[in-house]
Amino acid sequence: MSIDRETARVADPARDAAFKREMVALIPHLRAFARTLTGDPTAADDLAQDAMMKAWDARASFEMGTNMKAWTFMILRNQFYSEKRRSWRQSQLDQEAAERTLVAIDDPAAPVALDELRLGLGMLPSEQREALVLVGAGGFAYEEAADICGCAVGTVKSRVSRARRALQSILARGAYDRDGAAAGEAMGSILAHAERLSGAR
Amino acid sequence: MKQPIKRPAALEEARLRQQAIGVKLRLMFDEVVNEPVPDEFLDILRRADERPAESEE
Repeated sequence: MSIDRETARVADPARDAAFKREMVALIPHLRAFARTLTGDPTAADDLAQDAMMKAWDARASFEMGTNMKAWTFMILRNQFYSEKRRSWRQSQLDQEAAERTLVAIDDPAAPVALDELRLGLGMLPSEQREALVLVGAGGFAYEEAADICGCAVGTVKSRVSRARRALQSILARGAYDRDGAAAGEAMGSILAHAERLSGAR
Repeated sequence: MKQPIKRPAALEEARLRQQAIGVKLRLMFDEVVNEPVPDEFLDILRRADERPAESEE
């Protein structure tokens, strides 16, 4: 097996220890990214753990001092899509997720605020969702997000802006359908709530 | 001197909405980032040392 021969190079305990320290610091971020991809906490942690093991096994190919966060996010993302391809047809999955989401939004007892955003995100095509999350929450530059997703910078930019527009209309529609309040009002209360939360930190 | 209104109200509202979405998105992400890391994650790295490279000879 050529891959094994390449990665099973001379053991370097100091390098391994440094690699591990950096990895430990990244675990919370990997969990958060996985959560936005899967939408399910348990599946997300399984995914993040698989990605961590993959990254560890591939550590010889990582150049210390370069962006480990982007590197591990790329591994996690690849892992997510290869599992998804294995188990389901993507269209089926997205369709079911969309149906679940619509049902949840129609439920007047459904909790609002952050959950509403989570549901809205779940309705976006996955390539738009990941682009928006990487740039809008993960702290990545467009160029880094492009590396992670394996696409052009311009593609990431247009996915992010399409995601923003789509999310805005999904949220406005959801809020309107649920309580009949004007969309602007609903968004105003979401903003106020967000400000309260960030002020509490 | 009074500033003329440069932005139509609709554009201003759209901008505010986008801002709100951005804030919420970061909150949602940071909420998970700030969760305590489950032990299994650290166990994996601890065990990684004991686990020899899979290319047993």
